[in-house]
Amino acid sequence: MNVRKYLVLAGVSIFAPVGDSLLSYGMKQVGNISLRDIPDLLLAITNPWVGAGILLLLGFFASYMTALSWADLTYVLPASSLGYVLLALIARFGLHEKVTVTRWIGIALVSGGVGFVTSGPELTRRPPRVQIASDPRATEHS
Amino acid sequence: MRHAISNRNAWLAILAVVLSSSAGDVLLSRAMKQIGDLGRLRARRGLLFLILTVLRNRYFLLGVGCMAVSFYSLLFGLSWNDVSLIGPAAASLTFVANAIAAKIFLHERVDGRRWAAALLVASGVVLIAI
Repeated sequence: MNVRKYLVLAGVSIFAPVGDSLLSYGMKQVGNISLRDIPDLLLAITNPWVGAGILLLLGFFASYMTALSWADLTYVLPASSLGYVLLALIARFGLHEKVTVTRWIGIALVSGGVGFVTSGPELTRRPPRVQIASDPRATEHS
Repeated sequence: MRHAISNRNAWLAILAVVLSSSAGDVLLSRAMKQIGDLGRLRARRGLLFLILTVLRNRYFLLGVGCMAVSFYSLLFGLSWNDVSLIGPAAASLTFVANAIAAKIFLHERVDGRRWAAALLVASGVVLIAI
């Protein structure tokens, strides 16, 4: 792991929760959508908050794809979950909201999970395939 | 009555998000492993080549399709209930579903450390949001 890879994981962590929050705010403005009015879901993206949320989620998607290109799925998902902790810390120290004991326990659990997974290897190493000696073009694809 | 319908629709949406999101994650992970390190590929062949390579990968296209289903299921759920229910419930269940799916379909080595991480994060996310 190097600085570039940690920055990519930070991008995954930050863009997703902020984008989801913007989507939530926008969808509350759009109102309830029933199963009979599914086309209304397509029109929901014209709401500016929903649009901004989608832009941030595109940033999340690019970071996420990059992370998945060099790390396991079961590494990337827990390692990039610090965004939940970040949101709670912004609520406490930025917005001066009350953070309950339950939330602090949740923050400790998520941080513990991130610590667990990031202390291990990011990619499952597979043993190289035995190459056929008579075929010089045979290459390893793992 | 309206509250019960709202809850039922919200949990249906959560189920749809978890299933489609896990399928999408597995497909996207497989696609990216086929393509290789995106940073190195961009440095070697340029951004346009990278984008075209990604867009031509069929696992990527299937994964994006699943993510689109997941995204609209999330929007549907958010229109029926608060993000404080939909967000953590879908996220925490997706962590566990992904660990199972990655072990079965991607043959990732999900050892005790990774199971512990998935379960700690899943329960932590719920506690932060309630």
